[in-house]
Amino acid sequence: MNKNKVRIQNGITYGIVVGCWILVQIMDKTGHMTSLLRGILVPLCMYSILAISLNLTVGILGELSLGHAGFMCVGAFSGAFFTKCMENVLPNLQLRFFLAILIGAAVAGICGILIGIPVLRLKGDYLAIVTLAFGEIIKNLINVMYIGLDKSGFHFSIKDTMSLGMDETGVVIIKGAQGITGTPKAATFLVATILLLITLFIVLNLIHSRTGRAIMSIRDNRIAAESIGINITKYKLMAFAISAALAGVAGVLYAHNLSTLAATPKNFGYNMSIMILVFVVLGGLGNIRGSMIAAVVLTLLPELLRGLNDYRMLIYAIVLIVMMLFNSSPKAIEVRSVLLERFHKKKDTGAKEAA
Amino acid sequence: MSFLSYLINGISLGSIYAIIALGYTMVYGIARMLNFAHGDIIMVGGFAIFTVVSTMGLPPLLGIFVAILVCTVLGVTIERVAYRPLRGASSLAVLITAIGVSYLLQNVALLIFGSNARQFTSVVTLPNLKLADGALTISSVTIVTIISCIAIMVALTSFINKTKVGQAMLAVSEDNGAATLMGIDVNRTIAITFAIGSALAAIAGALLCSTYPSLTPYTGSMPGIKAFVAAVFGGIGSIPGALIGGILLGVIENLSKAYISSQLSDTIVFSVLIIVLLVRPTGILGRKIHEKV
Amino acid sequence: MRKFVGFGMAAILAASLTACGGGSSTDSTTAPAAGNDTTKEAAADNNNNEEAASGAEGGAFKIGVVGPLTGPAAAYGIAVQNGVDLAIKEINDAGGVNGAMLEMNSQDDEHDPEKSVNAYNTLKDWNMQMLVGAVTSKPCIAVAAESANDNLFQITPSGSAVECAAPDNVFRVCFADPAQGTASAKYIGENKLGTKIAIIYDSSTEYSSGIREAFVAEAANEGLEIVADEAFTADTNTDFSVQLDKAKDAGAELVFLPIYYQEASVILKQASDKEFAPIFFGVDGMDGILSVKNFDTSLAEGVMLLTPFSATEEGSKAFTDAYVAAYGIEPNQFAADAYDAVYAIKAAAEQAGITPDMDASAICDAMKVAMTEISIDGLTGDGMTWDAAGETGKAPKAVKIVNGVYEMQ
Repeated sequence: MNKNKVRIQNGITYGIVVGCWILVQIMDKTGHMTSLLRGILVPLCMYSILAISLNLTVGILGELSLGHAGFMCVGAFSGAFFTKCMENVLPNLQLRFFLAILIGAAVAGICGILIGIPVLRLKGDYLAIVTLAFGEIIKNLINVMYIGLDKSGFHFSIKDTMSLGMDETGVVIIKGAQGITGTPKAATFLVATILLLITLFIVLNLIHSRTGRAIMSIRDNRIAAESIGINITKYKLMAFAISAALAGVAGVLYAHNLSTLAATPKNFGYNMSIMILVFVVLGGLGNIRGSMIAAVVLTLLPELLRGLNDYRMLIYAIVLIVMMLFNSSPKAIEVRSVLLERFHKKKDTGAKEAA
Repeated sequence: MSFLSYLINGISLGSIYAIIALGYTMVYGIARMLNFAHGDIIMVGGFAIFTVVSTMGLPPLLGIFVAILVCTVLGVTIERVAYRPLRGASSLAVLITAIGVSYLLQNVALLIFGSNARQFTSVVTLPNLKLADGALTISSVTIVTIISCIAIMVALTSFINKTKVGQAMLAVSEDNGAATLMGIDVNRTIAITFAIGSALAAIAGALLCSTYPSLTPYTGSMPGIKAFVAAVFGGIGSIPGALIGGILLGVIENLSKAYISSQLSDTIVFSVLIIVLLVRPTGILGRKIHEKV
Repeated sequence: MRKFVGFGMAAILAASLTACGGGSSTDSTTAPAAGNDTTKEAAADNNNNEEAASGAEGGAFKIGVVGPLTGPAAAYGIAVQNGVDLAIKEINDAGGVNGAMLEMNSQDDEHDPEKSVNAYNTLKDWNMQMLVGAVTSKPCIAVAAESANDNLFQITPSGSAVECAAPDNVFRVCFADPAQGTASAKYIGENKLGTKIAIIYDSSTEYSSGIREAFVAEAANEGLEIVADEAFTADTNTDFSVQLDKAKDAGAELVFLPIYYQEASVILKQASDKEFAPIFFGVDGMDGILSVKNFDTSLAEGVMLLTPFSATEEGSKAFTDAYVAAYGIEPNQFAADAYDAVYAIKAAAEQAGITPDMDASAICDAMKVAMTEISIDGLTGDGMTWDAAGETGKAPKAVKIVNGVYEMQ
């Protein structure tokens, strides 16, 4: 693709996000918003960020990661921990939230590097299982962590709140499996949209930069890339760490959208990592816009299926299988491309360049 | 004495992991796919036995037989409907489809059997074994589990090494294309692999639910993941690897629960896995992958 | 090529959305239209009482239910849904609340805080006026923050974490966690059931760890010695052999189980396999153990528990029979709490004199006051009253399982 085409494509991607934001504003003003939609806007942005960031690892770098939710978890807890600790020091919620996002991203990014250094030399399914293991370890460790704050400083325990040994002014901030309760609801659709745009900006620019091409060359042929002098470890780590940091941002959004934050198998376990992977695969590996759309559609789908009551998750599963078969089965692709070709021939008759 | 008890329980848990891991490992070795729905087939096996034994009141052996039948048919059907059309597609696509199948099985079970846990009647009705004047009690299920695991390993190994079908399986796992050229029906071989894997899942279901007698539509998912870890641990694709991986995992899990922390047992299991993979990137008995330029 | 694939995919996704969204527009960005459609459908589908409701003169109060209807915690959510449904049917058959009918719409939260907020918002789109839920603690905390913001009356049947009832618009039917732990330790100490205590608890739920913490704190005052304090988590809740071995080796006379009956049934089974027979002592989550399908009730012989509800006691008989007839399963404490929650709503609504044409916020203001003025005789307690903090005043009863039924102590 030449530069212009890239620019147009990227422009469309940004345009979709901005367009959606404007559409939501219009609907809000004209009273066409439902509470469900209003409530799900921030999660939609959050899942989009997660899908885009995972696509960086899976689609662009070409390594399968099943521990993405672990980074999200780290970001969520470090961000929420900061907001809770600084409640009295920094009364301005917006400023605190802004700093929390930076902290969440930084901590998750550092975790990404720390985990990336040993594991990125593994390949394929082995890398996948190790990332899954790391995700579970992170979740488990947070579940046994108790941190309290009193006037003499922080107290830490891995047993229970009693063994923190705090004085009467003490407040338990992270309470083991019960996590953090009472995080302020600071995440708004505007902030979430801006974060999504920043994510897109980072990832799209990365892909179309020299660095991005180096990363993709590792995906396409590692040995060839190495032979032309590309530092494999450096680029792999870079992609992995950026991906982790962006997941951390999504985590901070998650933590500041709900008043309770706990690391359960449902929200930060391998199930969530797999869910994000589903977004990426359905959206198309390496296709950033596709990840975004798939994340939005698959998050909305179970909500839209609420009318089906008991059959809701069943239908969701069937839709998932059918979409996968339709999308990836070699036969379906063949049939589809034949149809598309016919369609384009009709359209392009008379045009100079055939599709 | 208590150490011995923890160890034996660990080996028993590990034996169940090993039987489940066999299903993962065989399917992976032959079809190069991670069948995440495997754990849910265990659950289906459990419900099949429950229906036959506890609801209809028929003998446990018949229940196991029915479960094996149901799971085999189910496994082959899933392979035919959901996985075969994706042959040749990226392995990620198959992985996601498998997850879809896993959701599907769980939700169908939820609709049919409801969400309330059932107490599973043990399929083993022998008395417990008492050693050292009653200081050490080993339940009969534990013994049966360990024996079945060994028997299955022996049977499977000789099946693969001695029969034509087994040799065909080896050939397909070695080189899919070359096997086709040698006149092996790859689709049929893969279907047979799924059948064997699912039958083993039914047996694992019987043993799992007899040892840990709670049956819900979500019973299979955690043992499924653990068995997957066990398979990778031992070297995915390797049958003795599944045995070693499974048993090591079970023992480590139980001992760390007993001596370190019952909350952190999973953390320890996963940490050991990571260390093993960093030292031996393809698992304990995994083959080295040679890269071609 | 990639573009085409992406394009094709978007089309399929959009198509699948259309199919599911009940004929809404094909563009995924116009989801609100679909949302509206579905909400209407949900209202129509979910509501067993709508027919009765629309026929009545006084209109109908819309009561939402949020709880896990799928996923591993579904047993609790479904019990609450059934309990509310049964109570509403009875109330409507008896003429409603001051002539107004009650209408129910229940939404699944999959035991996930994020989904519970979605469920809550779906119910808001249905114009819910009062909420029974959420069923489990973490989702309940998340929903309570939302309902406090909207000033919508909420009564949780079973959200037992302290924070669940923190906002002033939220009331609860069950006990708060610490209260149960303290009461259990006191009971064990006073009745001298044993001095060497082992605890097996679920560290991944606030219910279990909350009760345990209060229990440990109170145990010191009662002269109880904790000889084994073993945890398990949601990921490791099928095998308790290690925890039981440790309790046995430590010579525990009594094992305190502040956990739900599903896990407790496995513990009892495994303990009997190990021929370990201390006194097992549970809390309200243990209730329901006798209704576990295919459970060998002889295993539960001698188990003691503090529970506000017993399906077999005289006062619950009518409820139990009606429940079994309607849903084909024995009710547990969740169903009873939910049933009481609806009757509390009825009593408070009559006290406050609210009408279905009032908006949710006005109803909430009236109900907040009225809740503190009522007293009802429910399944889970006689003369239940509520304070302004949303807590109920009722005493747990100690029961012992003898010959497969509860025996009051």
